Amino acid sequence: MTEFFSMGGYASYIWPSYGITALAMIVLLLATLRGLRNSRRELDQLETVLQARRPRRNRKSRKAT
Amino acid sequence: MTGFFAILQRDLRLALRQGADSVMVVAFFIVTTTLFPFGVGPEANILARIASGVIWVSALLAAMLSLERVFQTDYEDGTLELLTLSPVSLELVVLGKALAHWLTTGLPLIIAAPLMAVMLNMDPAGFGVLMVAMLLGTPALSLIGAIGAALILGARRGGVLVSLLVLPLYIPILIFGAGAVEAALLGVSAAAQLQIMGAILLLALAATPFATAHALRQAME
Amino acid sequence: MHRFAKPSVFLKITAPILPWLVGATVILIASGLYFSLIASPVDYQQGATVRIMYLHVPAAWMGLFCYVGMALCGAMSLIWKHPLADICARATAPIGATFTALCLITGSLWGEPMWGTWWVWDARLTSMLILLFLYLGYIALVNAFDDPERGSKAGSALALVGAINVPIVKFSVDWWNTLHQPASIVRVDGPAVDPSMQLPLALMIFGFTGYYFVVLILRVRLELNERRIRALHLSGMFDDNGENSTAETKPYDPSHNAEASQ
Repeated sequence: MTEFFSMGGYASYIWPSYGITALAMIVLLLATLRGLRNSRRELDQLETVLQARRPRRNRKSRKAT
Repeated sequence: MTGFFAILQRDLRLALRQGADSVMVVAFFIVTTTLFPFGVGPEANILARIASGVIWVSALLAAMLSLERVFQTDYEDGTLELLTLSPVSLELVVLGKALAHWLTTGLPLIIAAPLMAVMLNMDPAGFGVLMVAMLLGTPALSLIGAIGAALILGARRGGVLVSLLVLPLYIPILIFGAGAVEAALLGVSAAAQLQIMGAILLLALAATPFATAHALRQAME
Repeated sequence: MHRFAKPSVFLKITAPILPWLVGATVILIASGLYFSLIASPVDYQQGATVRIMYLHVPAAWMGLFCYVGMALCGAMSLIWKHPLADICARATAPIGATFTALCLITGSLWGEPMWGTWWVWDARLTSMLILLFLYLGYIALVNAFDDPERGSKAGSALALVGAINVPIVKFSVDWWNTLHQPASIVRVDGPAVDPSMQLPLALMIFGFTGYYFVVLILRVRLELNERRIRALHLSGMFDDNGENSTAETKPYDPSHNAEASQ
């Protein structure tokens, strides 16, 4: 086991490579997931607001682009 | 073609009236080049060794400095919109503007370059090749830079952005430009490098107007 | 391709694929890790450091793969004015930049014990560094506009220009490198790949590619959500009489915008 972790004396190069790669890939994934969750939440909020507004409409019809 | 010359004439007249632009670019070039001896020390042989690279790098930076304004003012005052609507093809307009940019920045740099080469103690054997290489390289800088200048229209912090976009694209010109001078200094023929620079210039001449015009149309949408 | 343009279609198509893709990616990377860290022989010359190759080469592959993908998206955006092409290119860029940076970092960590230096101005390393700059330029450009759609379009044009430039840069860097190569102690070509190393390498390459597609799908969804939020803000929230936002019973469709603007 210790032999596995020492990596033939190159542990200080090999483990950081794997660590940094794993860290970068996980951070990228988590950041994406977090953004997705936040955007979904905001979208839900906006849509409920719009639902609530639906009754009082048509004061004048201005087309939104 | 008359549209092309009209644009060229107009831009040149504007540059002459304001006058400061070309002078500033050359001043920037000279000041940047002067910084290097302070950085690496005044030994003549070291300076002679790095002279071609220093001159090229400074020329790239100086040419880039004025890129932001190639389309910016026309974009802001609406001239660009009229140009896109006019019957003159936008690609020709772009070529005219790139040529005007080269005449007001590239050409003064070529004239200033031998002066800096003397100050950096470069062997006179390289002067001719340096001038020819810059003559081939600087128009390509203006043409490629025009793409960057068109892409950043309407962006925040356009000036810094354009350098980030354009500098990586300038690397081939830097490599062959400095390589040509170095070959001449070693007493080898610089023909290969100069031919490749010519090829890059022709490619840029053929391809970049379309890319720039496309970017301008996007900015006008 | 055009039917992918509508976000709802994109969601419909990717939703059933995504779990399988995630599963395959996890299995590929897990088995790849097992083979690359434990069940593969050490190189007779490079010792255990060869294990870094199983990250370095796939990361380099991903860096190039993502740039080609962005350029293709740029071409599609130019030819078919396809809104999803811009979004895909935009979603790809951070992934490609991450892998290019990882390729440089792992290369450094591999070079230190093998070549005795963290960095050499070798043609391949230098080209990868320039590729990273191209990614950073793209990301900076895309995010520099108030209107993200305009940013994406400018980005697609830049990706295309960059892709035309990449072979020229590669050629010039190779030239520059052969001119300046000092008396070489550095063996530039990595180890000749032994068959026993091919399996972990292939697993990792496919695993990373799978990871890319997972993150791509998620990022495209994120981008679509954000466009929709923006569209709602512009159309419905700030004028409370907007006919568009209220009169229609079907939910607001952001692709309507994208199509109308052509």
